[in-house]
Amino acid sequence: MKEAEKLLTINDLTVEFTSDREIIQAVNHVSLEIYKGETLGLVGETGAGKTTIAKSILRILPKPQGRTKSGSIIFDGADLLSISEHEMRKIRGNKISMIFQDPMSALNPVVSVGKQISEAIMLHQKLSKKETKELAIKMLEMVGIPGARYDEYPHQFSGGMKQRVIIAMALACRPELLLADEPTTALDVTIQAQVLEMMAKLKEELKTSMLLITHDLGIVAETCDKVAVIYAGEIIEYAGVEEIFDNPVHPYTLGLFGSLPSADGDKEKRLKPINGMMPNPARLPGGCKFAERCPHASEECRSNEIELADTGEGHLVRCMKCSLVKEAR
Amino acid sequence: MATILEVQNLKKYFSTPRGLLHAVDDVSFKMEAGTTLGVVGESGCGKSTLGRTILHLLDSTDGKIFFEGEDVTQVNRRKLRQLRKDMQIIFQDPFSSLNPRMSVSDTISEAFYINGEKNKDYIRSETRKLMDTVGLARIFEYSYPHELDGGRCQRIGIARALALNPKFIVCDEPVSALDVSIQAQILNLMSDLQKEKKLSYMFVTHDLSVVRYVSDEIIVMYLGQMVEKASSDELFKNPLHPYTKALLSAIPVPDVHHKKNRVLLQGEISSPINPAPGCRFAARCINATPECKKPQKLVEVSQGHFVSCSKVQEVK
Amino acid sequence: MESSGVIAAEAKKESNISIVWRRLRKNKLAVAGLIIISLLILIAIFAPLIAPYDYAEQDLTNTFAPPSREHLLGTDDLGRDELSRLIYGTRQSLQIGVFSVAIATVLGTTLGVFAGFYGGKVDILLMRFLDIYQSVPGLLLSIALATSLGPGLNNAIIAIGVSTMSVYARIIRASLLKVRSMEYIEAARAINATDFRIVMKYALPNAIAPLLISITMNIGNSILAASMLSFIGLGAQPPVAEWGAMLTAGKDFIRIHGSLITYPGIAMVISVLSFNLLGDGLRDALDPRLKN
Repeated sequence: MKEAEKLLTINDLTVEFTSDREIIQAVNHVSLEIYKGETLGLVGETGAGKTTIAKSILRILPKPQGRTKSGSIIFDGADLLSISEHEMRKIRGNKISMIFQDPMSALNPVVSVGKQISEAIMLHQKLSKKETKELAIKMLEMVGIPGARYDEYPHQFSGGMKQRVIIAMALACRPELLLADEPTTALDVTIQAQVLEMMAKLKEELKTSMLLITHDLGIVAETCDKVAVIYAGEIIEYAGVEEIFDNPVHPYTLGLFGSLPSADGDKEKRLKPINGMMPNPARLPGGCKFAERCPHASEECRSNEIELADTGEGHLVRCMKCSLVKEAR
Repeated sequence: MATILEVQNLKKYFSTPRGLLHAVDDVSFKMEAGTTLGVVGESGCGKSTLGRTILHLLDSTDGKIFFEGEDVTQVNRRKLRQLRKDMQIIFQDPFSSLNPRMSVSDTISEAFYINGEKNKDYIRSETRKLMDTVGLARIFEYSYPHELDGGRCQRIGIARALALNPKFIVCDEPVSALDVSIQAQILNLMSDLQKEKKLSYMFVTHDLSVVRYVSDEIIVMYLGQMVEKASSDELFKNPLHPYTKALLSAIPVPDVHHKKNRVLLQGEISSPINPAPGCRFAARCINATPECKKPQKLVEVSQGHFVSCSKVQEVK
Repeated sequence: MESSGVIAAEAKKESNISIVWRRLRKNKLAVAGLIIISLLILIAIFAPLIAPYDYAEQDLTNTFAPPSREHLLGTDDLGRDELSRLIYGTRQSLQIGVFSVAIATVLGTTLGVFAGFYGGKVDILLMRFLDIYQSVPGLLLSIALATSLGPGLNNAIIAIGVSTMSVYARIIRASLLKVRSMEYIEAARAINATDFRIVMKYALPNAIAPLLISITMNIGNSILAASMLSFIGLGAQPPVAEWGAMLTAGKDFIRIHGSLITYPGIAMVISVLSFNLLGDGLRDALDPRLKN
């Protein structure tokens, strides 16, 4: 891969939240890259810091509790963390847009869906009223909603339709990067299949890069090119999608796969859940954050800070027992 | 094995300003004691209403419910109290299903108090036993739900349901709100409890991979009606109803080498208010013909495999 | 979160009151409110011991006296010691505030529970009744009630309580409509809990927070409403000292002797404020979800 194709580079991002008297380390030294036209999946459990990473990119962390403590986010040659708010506004919704999980609360209930798309367009493009409306209608049709429904209000749409409207809105300015935070979690499977299919098609057409946040490994397998697995605010495994699914190394990633009911429907096979739960992000242990739940952990896992190391061909793993885990598998 | 539950032509309609909402429409099935019956379908298909109507948390509009051979459709207050000890429910949302102002031990012991147990020491020891059973550490005895994570809260919900020693439990999406690793812990716990206490589960969910794993038999529902019923293996190997096929093919498979052979459905689920007679899936079905506007019958196509589709022979 | 390996470890049980107290103590403003309210109650109880003069003792040769060593806050239009009247007034005003709000809360909550918890026809019926009820101006209603009950402090309390209850009924109803659909209500029903138990243990405790605030806010309003009744001769009967009545009496002299309305006004503000602070703190302390 050539250097020139890089669209977004996150270096050593650390995000903290301050609540009452605690400091919550939501994201710890995360580095990742998104190439043009590529979809990177961020996988992890609730509270792992996936959404926080996406919000840091757009600088929409809740204030004043959340702040990026260190690191840089390079997009188009500029560090998004240090440019002015004015410049950031030009990027937000224009070059980078975000789709949120809940389609029910992301639309304004008293403005027609067409108007809402038009407004998103007008914010960033100098078009006449007529052109704006035409583009908005085109966007609606692109996501499979008849243009005649331009003047209808969100409550007249079903959940799947609303999520399409949101996608249309996010794509209206032809962003280079789309941050999709669990875009189909609130939808039914058959509708999810429709939306995923549509997103894949649009991505193909518009050559948009995507950061897809999800907890569903099935969706990852279908849509992503690369995967970063997040645990307790850290990337613990980072590789191409086939590599992760065929050859997972980190005990946590293995645990995730073990937790899924097997695809062949074998009921006699007992699920192999990961014991315990994620550590409190306000009191993260030293060393490997997963050691507490890991079947392979030893004293040295707990005492040493563990680096994300290349185990070959760009497959990064944060585990000092890689070889041991591979054997045990 | 004995039949623990039999439902005949069960209907539950809600009256809304726009007309009658057919939440559950003419559902009939039987289930054996000690087994798990999965009920799948998308939101609004009436699967949760079905569970709640069987438990008498909602009054049925029409039809019959037999529990252990006895007709319990119309019950008086006393009978209902007895019945509720035998039939329990586990909810989807571990937080909203727990009273935020009651501690773990209060929530679990509540069932004993309400059902006439006076001996406080007994209640306390039983509550602790239940906590051990579901894997809740003693340290959480006086914790409140908001202090615990989703997995632990769901364990409280399970302990509460077990307190009265039920025979039959409706599990309404018990793991949908949980992360996969915690989901697996809870599923294992539920399967252990089933073996140990010979429980019968009615497992209501939209998650098809989970339902396949837990169920012996599966009912597929669409807009209040049962469109297909078969044993778990049979349903996944040989789905017959066009909706079941679409549903199964829509599951994202966590395997990069899996060949997608997806039946994409057009359109969305239609309104369950005043539905027209005939197949409710016809509007989205690729095989639909005018014939499908006639009321459909549930037909047993092979041993234990029921389908409600007049085109089933052609589809096959 | 502790690891689950400590199955044997025992948790300590704390009584609910001590939990609430522990939480309340952390809220400095609420504690301040509590201290002031306790002081007011003490003043009310020991009024005859604290007050330098009797509240009704007139000295027509010494009216509108400025503050002095004999009369620390001066005297009123009849030469009565202002400080003594304020101190005695605490008795009446606190009674009016607390008891009328208590009556309103009990009545309003009962109606609200029936409307909000049962819903349907009961709800429609009760709400239309409240609509009619509220279409009569509150003050007019309390005057009408007080007139029919006859003059006197106790009757004024009842009149104010009854005429303000609709607000509480509406608050509780709205709050219950939300709580009613929570799954824990269904869960309680599934373990055979009676409606009464569900209301008392599951629904009300989770619906009461918005009520607490308006209760404390309305204590002040009730004291004011009582002063209106006193003004037209239906509330506290002269020469009984009562802040609202003192305020009303003092307003005739507002241009020349502003202090006559300032003192009871300040007393009222202080007591209302402390009830509000306490109410605010209690709401937080009663909610186990808000830690620290």
